Amino acid sequence: MKEAIRTQALTLGYGGATIIHELDLSIPKGEITVFIGGNGCGKSTLLRSMARLLKPTNGAVLLEGAAIAKLPTKEIAKKLSILPQSPTAPEGLTVLQLVKQGRYPYQNWLKQWSEEDEEKVMNALQATGMSEFKDKQVDELSGGQRQRAWIAMTLAQDTEVILLDEPTTYLDLTHQIEILDLLFELNEKEQRTIIMVLHDLNLACRYAHHIVAIRNQTVFAQGKPEQIISPDLVKNVFDMECQIAQDPLFGTPLCIPYGKGRRVGNKIAYVNAL
Amino acid sequence: MILIKNSTKLFGIIVALLLFLVCIGMSIVFGYTNTSIHTAYEAFTQFNNSNEHLIIQNVRLPRALIAAAVGASLAMTGVLMQTLTKNPLASPDILGINAGAGLAVVLAVTFMHTASLQAFTWISFLGAGFAAIAVYVISSAGHDGLTPLKITLAGAAMAALFASFTQGILTANEAELEQVLFWLAGSVQGRKLELLIAVLPYLLIGWIAAIMIAPKMNVLAMGDDVAKGLGLKLGIVKIVVVVIVILLAGGSVAVAGPIGFIGIVIPHVARKLIGTDHRWLIPFAGLLGGILLLAADIGARYIIMPREVPVGVITAFIGTPSFVYIARKGFRN
Repeated sequence: MKEAIRTQALTLGYGGATIIHELDLSIPKGEITVFIGGNGCGKSTLLRSMARLLKPTNGAVLLEGAAIAKLPTKEIAKKLSILPQSPTAPEGLTVLQLVKQGRYPYQNWLKQWSEEDEEKVMNALQATGMSEFKDKQVDELSGGQRQRAWIAMTLAQDTEVILLDEPTTYLDLTHQIEILDLLFELNEKEQRTIIMVLHDLNLACRYAHHIVAIRNQTVFAQGKPEQIISPDLVKNVFDMECQIAQDPLFGTPLCIPYGKGRRVGNKIAYVNAL
Repeated sequence: MILIKNSTKLFGIIVALLLFLVCIGMSIVFGYTNTSIHTAYEAFTQFNNSNEHLIIQNVRLPRALIAAAVGASLAMTGVLMQTLTKNPLASPDILGINAGAGLAVVLAVTFMHTASLQAFTWISFLGAGFAAIAVYVISSAGHDGLTPLKITLAGAAMAALFASFTQGILTANEAELEQVLFWLAGSVQGRKLELLIAVLPYLLIGWIAAIMIAPKMNVLAMGDDVAKGLGLKLGIVKIVVVVIVILLAGGSVAVAGPIGFIGIVIPHVARKLIGTDHRWLIPFAGLLGGILLLAADIGARYIIMPREVPVGVITAFIGTPSFVYIARKGFRN
């Protein structure tokens, strides 16, 4: 397995509080990796540190074997892009202007806008289905379209690795599937490495080749969803009792939580047995 | 955004530039002493020591150039500060830079008995720089760095602190009040050309740097995380922007005293017309700022003729309703 990113004894924290402690983690190249875990477990923090948005307290993040702290930030931007959680575009910015910003790492005083830049921007708009909206203002778009516009910007950046921090938050189910399908296709067609944080365990199991479950400042388990997702893992990572079934459409693990609720037909309330 | 295509944007800039030049001309020609365009032309080509020629050369010309330079600088500062802090109300007056300059001048008058406007220049420059750095450092403290909310709070707190010190000192020392009050009112009248020439190098560097940094301002406007992800050297860019702000705001307040509201209002008007791309926005806002201050200053001569209203009063008169409008709009979003 080739690796895209590796962390070495990585320790992360804010102020005095440690969030991730001495973590060694390898992210496979060309696959979709999803970080899962409870609120505040540090999955977003870990993702942000991989994109050099957060300086490690200790240890290092390696991109193609080189410590990102030592690489020029513009060089990193040509290899790795990040879509932060709920980004906001300045008022009045059009989709085209937004996507064009993705070419910033390739520009300097001497080299202004080139044909290659134009082509990458048009491809990104097309891949995300945003070509027809390119002259619309970002703040006029629906939630799903807006997120697609931002993904188009990260695509225009033309990087091997794409990091996304909860790309489906605040989207309805239709748009969640639409965004994840789009990312899945990108990975299929262009073998881009995609690393993201998702809240929905079932969607994570469907789209991820590789799942990293985070708990107690470190990785609790990692691997293929069908190999690692179990009632025991869910209990440990999310502190929740559940049963794991098979997704009737995809065959991927499907987590069904215990708890209270209505019963229809002759189903037994498992909660009573616990 | 009204001017959408690049060609119409360029047209907009050219129109603004022509209007800017016309306003400079009008500022030289119009006033209590009757002069014509012809007299003004003669004052520069065949100077004859007449009263009109003296007024044009020694009073009206400096006044016009100062209004143009200060108006442009304040408007550009407003654009830079609003993008830097992501706060639609950011401007030199709201973030305490003018108050800092005011306090520095009052301190100098009270304790060092400074009396010349020339000396005011340097002292207020110093005060503006100190205030900007203080607000920046205070609001950068803490692990989440410089946030729009923190910089606004720090700015408001520092502005209130500086203003109350200023008031306190002025109350205790009424003797030297008059000279300071004249400066504190904010005006482009009665300022000599030498004052402008003294700060012109700083303003010039500020203008050029503001236009050169425009592409980076576009990236900065997308938010810190996105900007960092795109490879912008955030820390360095922010420091450079603060330095440009000190040069432009400090230079302006040094020459004309604290003139409010241009830094808030013009960036919004300019964005409405030409859009958010800083490569167009910064020069365009500069021209509009110059036009507004020149026009306000011409108006100031006619309202209670033969006496004059301080131009700061006129800009406040235009600015206050706009401020309320922007604040309401900002909170709605």
